This record gives sequence, C-alpha cells and structure tokens, in this order.
Amino acid sequence: MSETQLIFQLSHPGRSATSQAPKALSDDKLSAIPAHLRRKQKPALPEVSEMQVVRHYTNLSSKNFAIDKQFYPLGSCTMKYNPRGANRAAMLPGFLNRHPLAPESHSQGFLSCMFELQNFLKEVTGMKGVSLAPMAGAQGEFAGVAMIRAYHEARGDEARTEILIPEAAHGTNPATAVMCGYKVREVPVGKDGDVDLEALKEACGPQTAGLMMTNPSTCGVFERQIEAISKAVHEAGGLLYYDGANLNAILGKVRPGDMGFDVIHMNLHKTFATPHGGGGPGAGPVGVSERLLPYLPTPMAGQRDDGSYHWVDSDTLDTSIGHLSAFMGNAGVLLRAYFYARSLGREGMIRVGEFSTLAANYLLKRLEAVGCTAAYPDRRASHEFILTFAKEAKELGVTAMDIAKRLLDYNQHAPTTYFPLLVPECFLIEPTETESKEALDEFVDAMAAILEEARSEPDMVKEAPFTQPVRRLDDVKAARELDLTWTD
Amino acid sequence: MPYIPHTPDDVRAMLDAIGADSIEDLFDEIPAHLKAAGKLDALPEGLSEMDVTRLMNERAAMDAGAVSFIGAGAYQHHIPAAVWEIATRGEFYTAYTPYQAEASQGTLQVIYEFQTLMTRLTAMDVSNASVYDGASGLAEAVLMSLRANRKSKSRKVLVPAALNPRYTSATQAIVENQDVALETVPFCQEKGQTLVDSLKPHEGEDFAALVISQPNYFGSLEEVDALTDWAHANGMLVIAVVNPTAMALITPPGEWGAEGADIVVGEGQPLGVPLSSGGPYFGFMCCKQKYVRQMPGRIIGRTVDMEGKQGFTLTLQAREQHIRRSKATSNICTNQGLAMTAATIYTSLLGPDGLTNVAAHSHANTQALADKLTAIDGVERAFVAPTFHEVVLTLPKPADQVLVALAEKDVLGGVSLANDYGMANAILVNATEVHSEQDLQLFEQALKEVLA
Ligand SMILES: Cc1ncc(COP(=O)(O)O)c(C=O)c1O
Repeated sequence: MSETQLIFQLSHPGRSATSQAPKALSDDKLSAIPAHLRRKQKPALPEVSEMQVVRHYTNLSSKNFAIDKQFYPLGSCTMKYNPRGANRAAMLPGFLNRHPLAPESHSQGFLSCMFELQNFLKEVTGMKGVSLAPMAGAQGEFAGVAMIRAYHEARGDEARTEILIPEAAHGTNPATAVMCGYKVREVPVGKDGDVDLEALKEACGPQTAGLMMTNPSTCGVFERQIEAISKAVHEAGGLLYYDGANLNAILGKVRPGDMGFDVIHMNLHKTFATPHGGGGPGAGPVGVSERLLPYLPTPMAGQRDDGSYHWVDSDTLDTSIGHLSAFMGNAGVLLRAYFYARSLGREGMIRVGEFSTLAANYLLKRLEAVGCTAAYPDRRASHEFILTFAKEAKELGVTAMDIAKRLLDYNQHAPTTYFPLLVPECFLIEPTETESKEALDEFVDAMAAILEEARSEPDMVKEAPFTQPVRRLDDVKAARELDLTWTD
Repeated sequence: MPYIPHTPDDVRAMLDAIGADSIEDLFDEIPAHLKAAGKLDALPEGLSEMDVTRLMNERAAMDAGAVSFIGAGAYQHHIPAAVWEIATRGEFYTAYTPYQAEASQGTLQVIYEFQTLMTRLTAMDVSNASVYDGASGLAEAVLMSLRANRKSKSRKVLVPAALNPRYTSATQAIVENQDVALETVPFCQEKGQTLVDSLKPHEGEDFAALVISQPNYFGSLEEVDALTDWAHANGMLVIAVVNPTAMALITPPGEWGAEGADIVVGEGQPLGVPLSSGGPYFGFMCCKQKYVRQMPGRIIGRTVDMEGKQGFTLTLQAREQHIRRSKATSNICTNQGLAMTAATIYTSLLGPDGLTNVAAHSHANTQALADKLTAIDGVERAFVAPTFHEVVLTLPKPADQVLVALAEKDVLGGVSLANDYGMANAILVNATEVHSEQDLQLFEQALKEVLA
C-alpha cells in the first residue's frame, strides 16, 4: 500500500468544500468584537474539496484492522461484535439533537432509557445503585475510589492512606489510586494466578482504604479465594473495589455484588458491545453497595411516583462525589449499551458469560495442542487466558512481540502482549462469544504456522510484518526526535 | 442466539476438544453458592433489532421537536454528512486503541493530523489525542500545571467565577482528592469579565496557575493579554479554556500576552460532534513544547519504519499508566477517539474560511437575537463586555419560570443563572449558524407572549 499524504499536503489556497459552511459575512457584522481580540492570521487549516476529504479519510480507514474486518482477540478489551442496530438507534435525531441541558419536559425519552439502563446494570451486577456518569473504565475507577475515600472521610476514619492492588492489575488501577490521593501497595500473585492470600492478610491493616481487583483476574482465571479476600479486607475496615473490565466472563453467572464487592465499574465498551472507536469513547458506569449509595457521582436518572423521569443531581444528593464531566457522561455510548441490553434480554446476558468462556477454553486447548504454552495450565480459562513464549524467546530468539507482528501477516489482530507484566513474553487472548468456531480455528492454524516458522526461519519472523502499510516502526526515533505536528 | 454464531454441533465439538461435558462445567472453579442462577429475573426478555429500534424510535421522538437556544458549553452546528458517514465506517468505529501500530496506521495518522489541526487552531506547539471532555480536561490541566510549574510549590490554582460552573465543579471533584485547591476570582458585575484588578489581591502569592476562559461562561470576551501577562509576572502558568469555533475569529491562546498561554484545553464538541445529551464529546489539550512530558493522554509521533518509510506511532508512553502505573501523569486510558476522528474530518472539510464563516455567523446571529430580545420591554443585556456567540439577558420575571413557559411553546430559551450565580432573572442564550431568521423570530414572539 502506498504512503498516504497528509491532509495538509492536499491543501491548495482558495479551495474549499463550499457547501459545508455559510457564506462569508462582511466585516461590519463583526464590529462588536474589538480589533485587539481578533485573530490576525487565519488558522492554517487544510484547504481541500469535499471529495478530497472523503477520499483521504476513507483511504486512511482502510489502513486499520477492526472487528468488522478481522478477528481481534485483544485480552482484557473484549473486542466483540458491535451491533450496527445500536449505532443507528443512538443516532436517531431525537437523541442526537437533544441538548444536555434540555429541560426534563423535553427529555423523557432519553431519561427513560437511562433509568432502565441503570436498573439493568444493577440487576446483572447485584449492586444497589448505579451511576452512568463515568466516561470510561479509568474514570469509573476514579469515581469508585473517590467514593471509598468519601466513605472513610464521612466516618472520620482519616488513617486510611493505602490502596492494595494485586501486582497483575491493569495500570489504570494504581494510577487511579494515586489520582485519588492514595498510596499504592502491591500484593503478590501466586503461581496459580490467584492472589497470595497470606501476603494480602499481612498487608491489610488500619491504613487500608480498600483493595482494587479484577475477577476473573488479569491472569485470565477466576479468583477462587474471593470470599476470603473479601473477609480479610473488610475485617481490616477496607472496602472492596471490582474492576469490571472482565465482567464479560461472568455476565449472568456470578455477580460482583454477591461476591462481596462494595463498588464496581463496568466497561460498556467491552461487556456491552459498544464500539471502541480507535481509542474511545467508552463508558464506565459505577455500581455500589448500600453503604456507598450516598456518594454516587451525579447526575443520575430518577423516577417519580407518577412515572415521569427526572435528574438526581448534587443539589439533592449533596454527599455525592460530584460531577466528573460537564454534563451527564457519554450518553451516546450509553444508548448503544441500552440497545444491546434490550436486544439480549435476560437469556442473552447469561449466554454472554457462557459462550465467551466456552470460546476461550476451546481456543486454549487447541493452542496447547499445537505447541503453545499456557501460563496457568492447571486452571480453567475464564473468557481469556495467557500464553507464554518465554521458551521460544530463550531458545529461538523469537519473542511474543515477534509472534504478534507475524500474526498481522496472517490477517489476525495480535492479542494483548506483555500484559500482565508478571508473566514473561505473554499473550493475553480473549476471543469473545461472537467469533465462530471457524474463526477460532483459523487463528489456531495461524499460530501453528508461526511456531513452525519460528523454528525454521526465526529471522524472518523477527522482521514481520511484511503485508501491512508499514514495516516495524522506529519507536526510539519517534521518542528522541519528537515530531508531533506537521510542518508545511 | 443474538450475536452468538455457535450451532449445537459447534458447541458439542468445542466441549469435546476441551474435554468438558457441559458449558456449566467450565464454571467449576466458581464456588457454587456464589452463582447467580435465577437472579436476573427482573431483566426483560430479549427483543429483535426491529423491536428495539421501534422502542427507541418512540423514545427519541419524545425529545424531538423544540427549537433550542441553549449553549452553556455545548453548541449546535451544521455537521457535514460526510463526517459521521466516515467516522462510523467499521474500520474506524470498531478498531481498538492503536497499540499495534502497523495495523493501525489509519487511526494513527488521523490523530497526528488532529494534533496538527489543534495546534494550528490554538497556536500552540503540541496537542494530545484527546481527553474525555472539556471539563475533565481542565482538571487534567490543573494537575498538569502543578507538575509543570517548577517555580511554584503551591497546590492552588486561580479559577475565574466567570468560568463555566460545570467545569469548576467537575475540576473540583477531580482534583480535591489530591489536596489541590481552586481559589475563585470574582467577575466584574457590570462588564461580565474577569478584571486584572480582581487579581491584584493575589499579587506575590504562590499559585501554580491562572485559568482564563475565552470566551467566558457569559459569552464575554476576556482581556486575555493583560490577564496572561499578570499571571506570568506572578510566576503562574496560564491555562486557557477556549471554544474551538471561536478560534477562527479570536486571538488564539498561543498569542496571548507576551508569552502566550502554557496549557490550552477546551470542549471539542463544536467541531462536528452532535449534542447527543452531553457525550461522547472530546476534550482537547495543547501545551508549549517544553511541557509535553507533563501532558496526560496519548500522543502520536511521526517516524519511519525499518525501510525508511513514513509511519505513525504512539510515543512518549513513559507518561502513561500502562508503563508508569502509579507514577503516570494521569489514569486516562481509553479516550474519545471516534469524536476526535469526526472533528478531524469536520475541521478539514470546513477549512480556514468555512470555520471562520461558521464563527462569524454564530456571532452575528447571537447579536441579532440579543437585539431582537432586548427590544422587548424589560429585557436587557446583563453585561457590557463584547461577546462571541452567547449573551446573558436579564428578564422582568424569574428566569426559571420564563424558561418553563417557553419550553411549553417548544422554545428552549437558554439556561438560567439563578442557581449558579444567584442571578434570579438572568438567562444565558446562544445562537449559531443553524438558527434561521425564522427561528430568531420564533424566540422573540414566544418571549413576548410569556412576558406579556
Ligand atoms: C483490567 C482493566 N482495567 C481498566 C481498564 C481501563 O478502562 P478504560 O480504558 O475504559 O479506561 C482496562 C482497559 O483497558 C482494563 O483492561
């Protein structure tokens, strides 16, 4: 594929997509703006025709892998099919044109969807209250830990300065704890992928504000000691935070609320099939147990006795941790999740956990059979699992990164690599419930072929990919000779 | 089974390969008494696409039909059809964050172009790939200013009262956890501007930064040069909060005062993103080159591949949570990529003249609207400062009552300033290029009737 020029290189002075903007106004219409506040030079935006723009970005889009094109088994990211119907429904004019500050009289349709979505999420997670406000998983984590802090502060319990986090945790967990003003203490994970319970018990104390964990964990296994962990943290006076990135594995099967979690976030851009958009947007609603209800972020949707809907805001819930954005969250994402929840219904929710787990366990067994090494061979996979290529790296010099890049040549998106950090040379693989058996089998065939290549022509694998718009990129140069904007 | 492809034969074959008798067996590591069986009963039955669509059509239709003059941080603009037709192509819509650079050159180049567009609009050096929205972006900017301002030991930032109160409250909610305090600078009651005089009490005090909003919440244009120079003279960084449409007409923050603003954030929604009840929008964030290592969020760099060919990749990742964990500049991971993609397409389509015309028409329409409404008895402009595309009007009756009465006529007449500013009779109104002369007359007529 040829190099695509930048939009700026297509620019010609005086060209424009004239039908997209109103006509120029005479300067006297702008006389109310004092001259010294006026921009002196027009911004150097591209001057291009409408078709040039359409062609340019359409061509750029073709340089992406995407779920709509490829198997995309990124562990921890739940790259499942994003129903097109959800997109169309969220883009209905009544939803698209509704101003976030429109009065309740003109918001009943939208509010009803949000109110119902809150209730669905409560039901599937077993929590007592849900706020849809957080804009992504990490903001949900922030809301959750800020609520933990508000809870301790309301009780005058000021000595709690630490959040416990298993070492396998996602990077957003420790980063969030720090954003909420806490110190982070890492808890080791045992050889079987479960948390080291003794170490955890030792780490718990009067300084413990809470524990953040994912279950199934980022090791791709269900944390079997969850009840003992919950007991240890609660007895120390801490609260239990559930990172819901892996909710897909247990949707309809086990509920975080029943496992003893006090606060959770969900990633609707994972579990509820909203698209990831090449980096976002997401939505990271939070759910809480009884004792954290007063602190939920606002606004939320409420219902009056007469059936009408209203906003619950910080003026009525003055213990709330407040607003996390200017308005109510990523509404358009929430509408897509609402569509998904309505189309799955009760039975469909249960099937998500079942079939994502079936797919992962099948894929794991088949990959083991073609010579891949499981990181936790004695454990059931949850909806995802870890392979390690430590042996290949040592014996053949072919790393997880090399294999990941070679997969692209087989038209398979690479799994998550080098996460969690505690398993060397690892892949975290999450096939999701929406991939057919044939798609899984093709991935197995690709992996088998690459393992063979790693033995027969390791130098070739180390130079992959060969079929993409670019070969491997010079990341060192990118960081050393920063080029972050185009200069004409 | 919605979205699940497996036939009974597939399931059998897969279970055989696993060596399990049933799907339920795969959950045998979960303590039996924790299982959720029967606990989802309150969920409704699943519906077909046709049925959910019908239901959501009905809901959406309930909220449609009014003419709106609400701005207050989210603005109606014409969005070219091409913007979302391209942004929702599966290749953009269903891709993940571009971790595998070779298979994500489309998204990566879009971000690089976006970074360039934003720096050109704001006259700044560098931009990131977006944060959640303008308000949370300000919180990030405040935290960033504490890291970037090496001369200051303060954990305090000066924030104008004339800043969008939703930005102040979200920023407060986010930064207070790290013991960062926001101190309010009052605005001039006559002008509706933040005056250097009101900063004087803080002369010589240690603050990490001064926030300047252009325009401010009231739509007023601030005297940004004087404010910027005052902040710099007092050892503070300047955090600019700007409207991107206004940038086509108004001095960009990179050119404020002698040295320009240090960090710029804002709500990107006006650049091709629909109102959509408040999101997804995107926050943009730019800064001076020397602060780039303190910036949160993803940043894309241009580099070459092993054959010397141009390519794009995530760079300076040592700022981010997946590398630095508890020492990262922020916890942000997923951002607002698709809205950023739409904004890139929008800005390219409009170009310098198109965006200038949109800004000019928005300004002129708002002036025309204010002229019409202030011709009504008892309706006046609250402030004398020049405005961009929003104005505060005082009414002869309580704003909250008037807005309800207008809404009954399907005119959404702006937002009340009663709660946020104790200005019981004041409303903030906005018009843009989408409002026709007829729309303006409709508002005028409705307000006349309501006030009669
Ligand atoms: C385990 C885990 N936690 C948290 C997150 C953060 O979610 P988000 O990217 O939506 O902020 C992710 C997603 O990448 C994740 O995989």
